[in-house]
Amino acid sequence: MSAREEILGRVRSALASADRSETPVPRGYRSSVPSGDVVELFAERLVDYRAELTRCTPDTLPEALASALGPSEAVLVPDGFPWAVPGAVPDTGQSAAELDRLDAVVTLAALAIATTGTIVLDHGPGQGRRAVSLVPDRHVCVLRTDQIVPGVPQAVAALSPGHPQTWISGPSATSDIELNRVEGVHGPRTLHVLLVSS
Amino acid sequence: MSATFVGMPAFPKAAREALSDTQLRRNLAHATGTIRAKRAAVVGEVDDWEELRLAGAAIKDNVLRHLDEHLLRLEKSLTDRGATVHWARDAAEACEIVASIARQHAVDEVVKVKSMATQEIGLNEALAAQGITAWETDLAELIVQLGDDLPSHILVPAIHRNRAEIREIFRSRMAAAGRPAPDDLSDRPAELAGAARLHLREKFLRARMAVSGANFAVAESGTLVVVESEGNGRMCLTLPEVLVSVVGIEKIVPTWSDLDVFLQLLPRSSTGERMNPYTSTWSGSTEGQEAHVVLLDNGRTRALADEVGRQALRCIRCSACLNVCPVYERTGGHAYGSVYPGPIGAILNPLLRGTGVDEQTDSLPYASSLCGACFDACPVRIDIPEVLVHLRAKVVDAHRSSPKAEAVAMKSASWVLADARRLNWAERGMGLAGRVLNRVGRKVMPGGRRALGRLPWPGSLWSNARDVPAPPVESFRSWWRREGRR
Ligand code: SF4
Repeated sequence: MSAREEILGRVRSALASADRSETPVPRGYRSSVPSGDVVELFAERLVDYRAELTRCTPDTLPEALASALGPSEAVLVPDGFPWAVPGAVPDTGQSAAELDRLDAVVTLAALAIATTGTIVLDHGPGQGRRAVSLVPDRHVCVLRTDQIVPGVPQAVAALSPGHPQTWISGPSATSDIELNRVEGVHGPRTLHVLLVSS
Repeated sequence: MSATFVGMPAFPKAAREALSDTQLRRNLAHATGTIRAKRAAVVGEVDDWEELRLAGAAIKDNVLRHLDEHLLRLEKSLTDRGATVHWARDAAEACEIVASIARQHAVDEVVKVKSMATQEIGLNEALAAQGITAWETDLAELIVQLGDDLPSHILVPAIHRNRAEIREIFRSRMAAAGRPAPDDLSDRPAELAGAARLHLREKFLRARMAVSGANFAVAESGTLVVVESEGNGRMCLTLPEVLVSVVGIEKIVPTWSDLDVFLQLLPRSSTGERMNPYTSTWSGSTEGQEAHVVLLDNGRTRALADEVGRQALRCIRCSACLNVCPVYERTGGHAYGSVYPGPIGAILNPLLRGTGVDEQTDSLPYASSLCGACFDACPVRIDIPEVLVHLRAKVVDAHRSSPKAEAVAMKSASWVLADARRLNWAERGMGLAGRVLNRVGRKVMPGGRRALGRLPWPGSLWSNARDVPAPPVESFRSWWRREGRR
C-alpha cells in the first residue's frame, strides 16, 4: 500500500467512532475594531517596533524619499514604483549575491494593519519579488494612509492567497540571546515607512 | 554535530540532574519570567481574546474530525499550483524523501528554517548519514547546532545558554562550519547576532536547496505559512531554487480566512508580541521555485485515535504552556528527553509514540503538578491536565503486572490515613523524626522550608522525583490539643 493510502486509512480508522459533527466557530472577533484613529494607532505601533516613520504629503514625498535613503548609492527600484529615486537600479532579476551588494530597496505595500503595526507586501506592481525587500540592508516602504486597515481580520479578508505575501512588523529581530532584542539578524536592519496622507 | 535525545534517562532522573545546575535555573527563571510578563501584557490588549481561543479550538477540532477530506483537499490545491506532494508514514520515510530530492539536484548542503517537525524526525542526522550537511539558520538553532547541544525550548531553543557561553561557542566552533567569528568578538548580544549574520549570509547566498516546516497549511488554497522573527526564514524560503517543506498532517486550517484567528493567537502567545517581525505565505510553486511538500504522519494518526488526547493535535507550538509551567521552569527542557518539552511535550510524546513502549516516554505524564496554568495559557484551549490524567491511567494500565511507584506509595499512605488512631501514631512518629531530621539539616527548598533528602522505601518511590517537605516538629493535631482550645 502506498504511504498516501495507508495514512488516509489510518485517519479514517482513527475517526471511525468519532463524533464528526461540526463545532460552531464564533466569529464575533471579526467585527471588533479598535477605538480611535487607525492611522495614529498604526503610526504608534510601527514606531514601537523600532521602525522609522516619516509622514508626508504627495508633494513632499520626493524630498522624504531622498532623506530616508540617506547616503545609499545603489537603490533597487522594482517595476511599477511610481516615483523617481536617486541612485535607482532596476530589477533585472539579480541573484541574491548581486542584491547583497546594493545599499537599499524602495517598495510600495499592499496594505498595513493598525493594531499590530504591520505592513503587508503581496509582491504586486511596485513591490518587487520577495528577495528584493529582504537582502539589501535598508528597506524604504511608501504607504498611503488609506491603505491602513484596523486589524488582522480585515487584512486577511482583503488579501488573496493566490499571491505570495510577506508580512513585516518592524525590522528583522532576534531575542535569542538572553531575550535581548537585537535588530537586523538577517533581513534589513532598517525599515523606514513613508506614510503619505491621502 | 549529531546530538539527539535518544537514550535520555526518564524524567525524574534527568530532572534531578537539571535541578542541581544553578546556572540553568537562573537562565530559565529569567527567560520564562520575562516572556510571561510580555505575553500577559499583549494578551491583555485584545478584548476578544477568549472568543479567539474558542474560535481557534473549534476550527482545529473541525479539521481533525474530517482530516481525511482536508488532506485530500490540501493535496489537490498544492498540486494544482505546481507543488509536488509526498506522504510519509514515519520519520525514516520523511527523511528519505528529503534526501532523495537533494540527491536528484546533486546538492550536498541545505539551509534550514527552524522547524519542530524536522527536528522530530531527526532530519539533520539522517541527511548527514548520506553526506548532506543541513545548516540551521535560526540564531538559537545555530547556537545549539554549533555547540553540539540539544534544544531546550520550542521557541527559544538556546534559552539555557547565556551570552558568555554563546560567545565561547561561536569563537571555538564557527570556523569549522564556515566563516569564523571575528577575533575580537565580545559577549554583547548585538555583536553576537552580527557574527551570526555574517556567518550565515555566506550560506544563504550559495544554497540551492532549503528545508522548512510550516506553521499552517491552508487546505482550500494550498497556502503554507511560516511565522518567524529573524529573516532567516525568508532567506531560506525565497533564495534557493528548491524548497522542501515538511508539514505535520495536523497543521491544516480549512480556509484562507481562518488564518485571521491564528495570526492573532500565535504571536501574542509565543513571543509576547503583537505580531512577529516576518510572516511568509506562499501557495505551491512561486517565482519559478520548485516546491515540494512532505505530509508527515509519524504518530499523529495514533494521537488522533485517542479520544481524549486528540485535542493535543490542535497545538500550534506557541510554547506559552512551557513558560507558565512551574515544573518546566525548574527543570528546563532537556529533562523531557524530546524536541517537545514542557506540558505539551508531556502529553504529545506519549500520544505520538504510545504508552508502555519505553520508560522515558511513560515517565512524562507524571512530569506535572496538574496546576492547570498550561490550560489557561493555551491559545487553542488544550486541556493538558485532563490529557495528563488520562495518560497516567494508560501508563498504569500498560504496567499492570508491576505496580507503579506512586501507586505503592499511595497505598501505604491510604492505610495510615484511613484510621484516626493510626494517623495519630504516625504523626507522632513523624514529628519525632522531623525534629531529628531538622537538626541534621537537610536541603532547603525555595521559600526556606526544609526538605528531606531521599526517603527509604517505599517512600523513595515518591521522593525520588520530588522534594518532600520536612515534617513539622509537632503535628497540627497535637498543637491543637495543646494550644487550640485556649
Ligand atoms: S499546547 Fe497550547 S500553549 Fe502549549 S505550545 Fe501548544 S498551543 Fe501553545
